[in-house]
Amino acid sequence: MSVKDLVDRYCRVDKLPHIWCPGCGNGIIMGAVIRALDKTDFDQDKTVIVSGIGCSSRAPGYMNFDTLHTTHGRALAYATGVKFARPDLNVVVLTGDGDCSAIGGNHLIHAARRNIDLTVVVFNNSIYGMTGGQFSPLTPAHSYASTAPYGSIDRNFDLCKLVQAAGGTYVARSTAYHARQLVNLIATGLNHKGFAFIEVVTQCPMYYGRRNKFPSPVDMLKWQQEHAVPVKAAAKLSPEQMAGKFLIGELHREEAPEYTAVYETDVIAKARGDIN
Amino acid sequence: MNSEPARIELNEKWCKGCGICIAFCPAKVLVAREDGKPLVENPEACTRCGLCELRCPDLAISVGGKQHGGKN
Amino acid sequence: MAAKTKCKAQLLSGNEACVQGALVAGIRFFAGYPITPSTEVAEGLAEELPKIGGRFIQMEDEIASMGAVIGASLAGLKSMTATSGPGFSLKQENIGFAAMTEVPCVVVNVQRYGPSTGLPTSPAQGDIMQARWGTHGDHPVVALMPASVRETFDLTVEAVNLAEELRTPVIILLDEVVGHMRERVELPAAEDVELFNRVKPTESPDTFLPYKPAANLVPPMPAYGDGYRFHATGLVHDETGFPCGKGADGNTLVRRLQAKVEQRQPKIARAETFQTEDAEIVIVAAGSVARSARAAVKEARAQGIKLGLVRPITAWPFPEEAIDSVAQTAKALIVAEMNLGQMILEVERIAAGRAPVFGLNRIDAELITPEDIIVRAQEVTNNVR
Repeated sequence: MSVKDLVDRYCRVDKLPHIWCPGCGNGIIMGAVIRALDKTDFDQDKTVIVSGIGCSSRAPGYMNFDTLHTTHGRALAYATGVKFARPDLNVVVLTGDGDCSAIGGNHLIHAARRNIDLTVVVFNNSIYGMTGGQFSPLTPAHSYASTAPYGSIDRNFDLCKLVQAAGGTYVARSTAYHARQLVNLIATGLNHKGFAFIEVVTQCPMYYGRRNKFPSPVDMLKWQQEHAVPVKAAAKLSPEQMAGKFLIGELHREEAPEYTAVYETDVIAKARGDIN
Repeated sequence: MNSEPARIELNEKWCKGCGICIAFCPAKVLVAREDGKPLVENPEACTRCGLCELRCPDLAISVGGKQHGGKN
Repeated sequence: MAAKTKCKAQLLSGNEACVQGALVAGIRFFAGYPITPSTEVAEGLAEELPKIGGRFIQMEDEIASMGAVIGASLAGLKSMTATSGPGFSLKQENIGFAAMTEVPCVVVNVQRYGPSTGLPTSPAQGDIMQARWGTHGDHPVVALMPASVRETFDLTVEAVNLAEELRTPVIILLDEVVGHMRERVELPAAEDVELFNRVKPTESPDTFLPYKPAANLVPPMPAYGDGYRFHATGLVHDETGFPCGKGADGNTLVRRLQAKVEQRQPKIARAETFQTEDAEIVIVAAGSVARSARAAVKEARAQGIKLGLVRPITAWPFPEEAIDSVAQTAKALIVAEMNLGQMILEVERIAAGRAPVFGLNRIDAELITPEDIIVRAQEVTNNVR
């Protein structure tokens, strides 16, 4: 499908151009999400896009679906309500690193634990952009931020490991640079029955880049290109060779009972006396 | 290879001139204008890989013509 | 209405009656988090909802429960949560979201002693102002205060109906005494209970404006999945539902939200009056305290003190007419409440000096007794004589 056809079909064209800064990766990821949705056989009228608060959480406003822009950190809680109330709806959550891993961290681990059928795409730009560049739990340690003028001493999460440990059944990571891979990983996540989690390492040229010696968005994409290592390639590298780098690709996938389905087959069936 | 040159179109209103499409075009089809937005200087070289589309943060560039070829 | 079906008597607690009311009213989604003294509401619905295909989910925290309830309501189900003081505080931001995005939902708050963890199993009425002003910004609030087990059933049904009709969160302010006390009740048959279902749009999705109000100031509400592809945001939005960032639109929106409840104030707000016609002193009391006050009125009259009672059934909107009426006839008003003076602020505002207003406040985790009220009435009588 051409870009124009994609945009006409999946975007609220009258809301574009978007509010994001020049070179911001959010638009790349939003583009990947609509391309991935286009690869599925989802009914557009039966698909709900949910977000929290922050730069990335503005994405649903541009997307031509039922959309829900919730409170800060709570996208997964709201999405759980939508999905559990109407399991026939496809529910996609778009969230940022601060939204998802700080204020919303508890909801993240519990949505993963339940293995509820949501697809979560985290726009990890290493910073709180909307509020002007404070460090988040995903800001690499020693980076600079408006609230870390001497460098952040906080250690950053590996959010994919966290989600896998919590029970998420599809876990993947990519970058804005690896946009084609990203589309495929999101599409696989959308089709996965269970909690699917895709972290996207992306760039905030305005607030992260400027403070951390990235003169332009292009430099930030180059950094992604140089520091992302595909899972297969990483298997051949020593820990020393992997130092400072991060894995991309499908990191974890398993089949496990999905929450809304088990509620039907187990809880409702028992309550009605259909099974013991 | 497609025989006819790619038709690369830019949505001037949406493009913010970030330069990503220019920097990462594998075939060096694009150059920067004075305002930073891309100018199609070398359309014959375009392989229709579509990476400029995929990486455009503003959904502002499109490669028209036959279907996409090339690799990531 | 169809002939009433006679139902057999049951012994129920207020919390259990709340469960029954929710089921009859059509609640089909409950999300909650364990908290004393409201837990029986969650336990009852965990057992009953799946029997009728409804959904119960225990969330990871109070905030998540409120979020899930709003999400489920947007997906089309009548939705509810239950909590107590600390949890009610945690839910406030999302209650504000529901008010701003006009998502029907019911929040049961079985009030307990506070602030903070306080005395978890002890009664209080300290959340009257939290119910009104707990979330930031101006917003409409409907809050109901049952005083008996049967009334808890009735007001739970009414809360669901009002939430659906007004598209706004409705709060049920139980207190621990009403929540936990057991009474013999005869509940109406489900088919005899009048229900209100949210109004769905009749317009096609092409021309539909999701926040364009109908004549009653409430916009029709599609569910997610109905094909309307609408946007819900807590940001100030115009009739399209999209954020506009303009103060003028905020002015239009927030004033309409307020007005849609305010214009129904006469219909929603109400109080029960008991022997106020000739009363020299009128007690104003709600929830469990009103039960003591009723006993006090009878006892005082036996002693020759002309006492009456106004029992607000709605905390918000406050039943102004009932107070206005006794402020003109009584020599004094006494507001008895298990807090240091919250409802009294409304009573003073409405009495506006026409009758002096005195407080009777207990915060020692004990119910205000009829004796407390009579003693206070005698003091006040001496005072105003």
